[in-house]
Formats: sequence, C-alpha cells, structure tokens
Amino acid sequence: MENKVLATSSPHIRSKDNTTKVMLDVIIALLPAVIASIYYFGFDSIKLTSIAVISAVATEAIIQKLLKKEVTIKDLSAVVTGILLAFNLPPSAPWWIPLIGSVFAIAVAKQVFGGIGHNFINPALAGRAMLLASWPTKMLGWENPAGVDAVSAATPLQIVKGAEGTLQPLSDVIFGRVPGCIGETSAILLIIGGIYLLYRGVISWKIPVSYIGTVAVIAYIYEGSLLLVGYHVFGGGLLLGAIFMATDYASSPVTPKGKIIFGIGAGVLTMLIRIFGATPEGVSYSILLMNVATPIIEKYTQPRVFGGAKK
Amino acid sequence: MSSKGLTFRGGIHPPHFKEQTEKSPIEEAFLPEEVIIPLHQHIGAPCEPTVKVGDMVKVGQKIGDTKAFVSAPIHSSVSGIVTKITKHNTPTGAKVTSVVIKSDGKQEISEEVQPKGDLESLEKDEILKIVREAGLTGMGGAGFPTHVKLSPPKEKKIDIVIINGAECEPYLTSDHRMMLEHPDKVVLGTKAVMKALGVTRGVIGIEKNKPDAIKSMKEAVKNEENLEIAELQTKYPQGGEKSLIYAVTKREVPSGGLPMDVGAVVQNIGTVSALSDAITTGMPVVQRVVTITGSAVKEPKNLLVKIGTKFEDVINQCGGYTEDLGKLINGGPMMGISQFTDQVPVIKGTSGILVLNELDAQKPEPSNCIRCGKCVDICPSGLQPLMISRNSLLRRFEEAEAYNAMDCIECGSCSFICPSKRPLVDAIRVAKQEIIAKRKKN
Repeated sequence: MENKVLATSSPHIRSKDNTTKVMLDVIIALLPAVIASIYYFGFDSIKLTSIAVISAVATEAIIQKLLKKEVTIKDLSAVVTGILLAFNLPPSAPWWIPLIGSVFAIAVAKQVFGGIGHNFINPALAGRAMLLASWPTKMLGWENPAGVDAVSAATPLQIVKGAEGTLQPLSDVIFGRVPGCIGETSAILLIIGGIYLLYRGVISWKIPVSYIGTVAVIAYIYEGSLLLVGYHVFGGGLLLGAIFMATDYASSPVTPKGKIIFGIGAGVLTMLIRIFGATPEGVSYSILLMNVATPIIEKYTQPRVFGGAKK
Repeated sequence: MSSKGLTFRGGIHPPHFKEQTEKSPIEEAFLPEEVIIPLHQHIGAPCEPTVKVGDMVKVGQKIGDTKAFVSAPIHSSVSGIVTKITKHNTPTGAKVTSVVIKSDGKQEISEEVQPKGDLESLEKDEILKIVREAGLTGMGGAGFPTHVKLSPPKEKKIDIVIINGAECEPYLTSDHRMMLEHPDKVVLGTKAVMKALGVTRGVIGIEKNKPDAIKSMKEAVKNEENLEIAELQTKYPQGGEKSLIYAVTKREVPSGGLPMDVGAVVQNIGTVSALSDAITTGMPVVQRVVTITGSAVKEPKNLLVKIGTKFEDVINQCGGYTEDLGKLINGGPMMGISQFTDQVPVIKGTSGILVLNELDAQKPEPSNCIRCGKCVDICPSGLQPLMISRNSLLRRFEEAEAYNAMDCIECGSCSFICPSKRPLVDAIRVAKQEIIAKRKKN
C-alpha cells in the first residue's frame, strides 16, 4: 500500500456545503420577488435583470482572465450581485444603466479589493449609489405597476414625506402593487425569501430583525401611527435591504453582537435620512455607511471566549 | 434536562457513520507473529527499555519504564523473544524507540500479573500504584498518564469524576461496544478512580445516539448510589474534555487551565475498563478495543487487539483493503492522524483505524473566505477561527494570539463547517506552534 495513501491533517471529513450552494440559496430566495417584478413591470424587469446579471458575470470573468486568476463565476456570487443591482433600479431605467452599474459593482467594489469575501461594501449597493449620483433623473423615474393607471407616480414613502398623491392602501404596499424599484415592491415575497434563507441557515435573524425593529420603533415615535409604521416598514427598500443587502457576508460583522449593532445602526441611519434628509429613502446609504463601520464593530464585539480568556 | 440532552455552546452535527460497526460485538483479534511496541505511547517522558535483545518475555511483563513522574510504563502484549530494539514509526507521527517481540504463540502470562483483590480492600495509594504500574494512559487518543490525573495537588479539591462515553467522533464504536458488553468493567473502573480521588460523585456521560448503551449503563449503576448516567446531546465535540465538563456541571475550565481547576477529573471508557482489568486480573494495558471501519476496508469490525500489532495485520483480519484505498487514519475522522504507511503499530491511544476510499479521502480545494461567520457560530471555544487563520496565514502570530489562538482545542469543527473549505484548524495549529515556540524563547 506504500505511496498509495493521502496523508493530510485532520479533519478528514467536510460538510457538503460550498460557496456555490450558499449563493444558489440566495438566488432561490430572490426568485419569488423576481417573478413578482416581472408580473408588475413586465418586459422592463426581464430586460433590466438580465442585462445586470449578464454584465456582472461577464465583468467578473473578464477581469479574472485579464489578471490571470482562476475564473470563479461558477460560485454564482456575481449572479446574486446582478439580481440585487437590478432590484434597486426603477422600471423606467434605460438599458445601459444596469450595464454600467454591474461593471462598477463587480470591477470597482468587488474585484479591486480581491474578489468574493473581500469587498468591504455591498457591491450592488455601491453600484446603485454610483448610478444615483451620476444619473439621478434616470434613477428616480417611478411608474405604476401594471394594472394601475397613470404613467408616472410617487412612491408610498414620497407621499408619506409630503409628495402629491393619494397614499396607496397598505395591502397594495405589502403585495407590491405600488411604484418603486423593481425588486423592492413586494414585501410579502421578500419576507418569504428571508424565511427560506433563515431556514437554510444562510443568514441569521439578527441583522434583519434588529434593522427592521429599529426602523419600526423610530417610525412609531416620529409618526405616532401604526399605519404609517406599516408604510415605513413595507413601503420602501427596507425589506430588500434588511434581508438581502445588509446580510451580505463580506460587508457585515461576523460576530453575533456585532450583527445586532449593525442592524440597529442601519435602522437609526435609515430613519435619520428619511426624517431629516432630502430624499424619502435611506436604506442604501445607511447600509453602505454601516459596511464601512463593520471592522470597528467587529473589533469591539468579539465573542466571549470559553474559559473567560481576555481579548 | 432538555429532551435533547445536556450540552455545550456551539458544535457541529457531522454524519455519524457508525452503522458499519455499532452492532458488531467485540471479537478477539488473531495473535500476530510479531509486535512492535513503542516505548513512548503517552504524553510525557519516554520509557527506557528494561529488556535486551534475545530476552524471553511473557504477557504483561514490563519492558519499558522510567523514573519520570509524567510517564507510564510499557508491557509486553505477547510471550516470545525480543528480536530488536530500534526506532520505529508510531501512528502519532513520531519515530520512537520500540521493542520488537517475536511471538512464540503460547501467550504465557508473566508472574508479575497477579489479581489485586477487591476494590473495597484497596487503599487510595494502592489504587494509584496499580494505575501507574499497569501503564494506564488516556485511551481516547491524547494518552495522558492516568496516575498523574489521579494525583492532583492538595489545593485542588476534586468533587466529581466524569467518564467520557460520548464517543462523538464519527465512525468509532469501541467505547459504545464496551458499555454494551462490559458495563461491569466500566462501573468498577469508575469506582476505583473515585476512590483514588476520594470523590463521591461519578457521572458517566453518553450521547443520546447510543440509547442501548444508555440503557445498559443505567442498569449497571442502578444499585450504585454515587454513580449516575448523564444523557448528552449528540453533537461534536461533546466528548471534548472541556465540553463534557460544561455539559455535566455547567463549569467552565478556565483559559489555560485544567479540569482539576474546576474540581473535575475526566476519564475515558477504555481507560476505566482497563483499570478494572488491572485490579481484577492484574493485567496491565496490553490490549485494547479498536474499531476498524470506513469505506475502504472489506469487513468493518470491533477488535480486541494486542498493543504493538501492525495496522496491516489488523486490516488483513478485516478482509483487507478494497481496491480504491485512499487514506488510512489512526483515530476518528475529526481529530485522527492520517498515516503514510500501514507498518505502524496499534498503541494504547488507537481507538480506531479508519480506512477511507479515494472518493472519501479527497481534500477539497479551498476558495476565498466569504465571511459567512459559520466558524464563529459553531466554535466550542468561542473563538473566531477565520480571524486567527487569516492572521496565521499572513504570519502575524501576535495578532493570532490576541484572537486567543491558544484557547483552540483543535477539534476541527471550523474546517468541517466551512463552505469555502478553508484550512482553518490547520492554520490555527501553525499559529499555536509559533506562539509556543516564541514563549519558550522568552
């Protein structure tokens, strides 16, 4: 038997999980909202989502080829970034918006820093922030979903903040029959996706619950009405952000207490922007700011070592 | 107690893989033609040979000893003639002086081997002497000399003895079979340990995936008012010393400390069974139960094997290897040591020989850490394996130390759970060695 056996260090068995399976779970969790976006916004949604996904994957492959690195597109993380970027676009966005957004997200926010796991901010949100700063009018052209009259419209949060328009019934907000980014409108389907991710152990409850909870508490204190709390929670990008963006592994804390602080911080920032800021929405910038704070949060929230060793 | 059983924080649920041997009764292995008995099978000082080439030896005769306190004597497992005293590979990866004995097939028992009488009639010091002279060491793997564990300094007050019947390593069933077939030995050995320490509370911890062993041991202790059975959650590393003490007593062994710091002494099922033999028959540790299992051995078995039997001989008795042999391991799949040859002997700490086929032996390629945090969630020591390993791989050992690398018990749970297949525990081991080396220098 000499020279036939492999000698490696323990452990000699590994779990069946791998990065691709984790990303596939995220894609599965996003699918109900993808289908809803196609139902509400039709071909626009198909067009924007496919362009975003294809550009994200292609950018990753081209950069890795150019840098003579192993091409890792089969881990599906670029697909996730593409879908999330598209989800953050208005249905009226022109075709080149998702293209530029995805190239920026993958090339600048992800690959420049070392690829998967090394991005210090959420790539899709970085892409969205860049697009919003560069082409604000293209990024804020809201329209009603299919079945609702009128071409341009105000989002529920714009109306809560004082824009012209009639506040849509909360049930429409929950099911997604409201203007907004293509992936953020259907609260109920995003929650179903979140429950799937919790069940599969892909995300923990800590960030989404502390984030959404903080927003709800501050909204109640500020608005004084449970109904308006409903609009704050279900009406904007909060659920998409709290469940799918703030839980991005690379840019959020790994420590249990850190996750809670991250969620609370994002919630406070979101409400500060919604209340005092120039825009009715604040989820993207709040998460990006908390992304930057992640290393320091981790530093001060290290778990207690068994046996009580000092940190 | 919760319905899932007592446990600790963190941990993983690897597949059990115990079906192959959990129902196979312990069989006595054939007598090998030759045994290679290393004189250093334990933690502590190696033994010096007490025999010469050409000497005739008998079963149970002492062949190696030392005056050092932290050590344990070595005995012959066969009767025959000493043919060589030479350096030989052991399954722990070391090359140590070993006594090679050619068996005469008669298995004559040494005159030194005499029954020691009833436990009731033995004094504390007599038990300690029996333990030392029988060469007892921790038989779960690490091999710490048992008499040292049973001689705590006076200021350490021990109030509980915990027997580790968790057998949380996948594949292994030797302790399980021992509890089923010889519960009386487990009980007698446990009582002897308690008497040696002057302790009146003994707890035998068993994982709940072994309901028959729990039943068997409960039956065996029903008239023993000082002994109880603790049902443990089936979770790895439940049998880790610190995890087990916490599960049973909710006491945390302090960082850098020992079980005796929280008043506990832990012994393994194999160790207390061997102590029982050492009292009733006087036979020192010359054999042990070994689980031979895995995807590349034809007939998995639980065998009672003479210490010093080559792995090759043991595996031949289990029908030999299948065609696609990939890996040979001393111990279980989580903490066992893979071997590069089957010409190594079974030693006191060999709880299992795991033989994996090429498919099971494959080591997956690592990819980037995605910072999923699973290793942080499951680390039974409350560490952040991703941070320690990252610093270790960058040779930043001071940072690794600041992340409490020295508290790692090397259970391997982090490497198991990692979706990116990072070499987490490997890198942490490197960091620990570097930190120890630096501490020695200063």
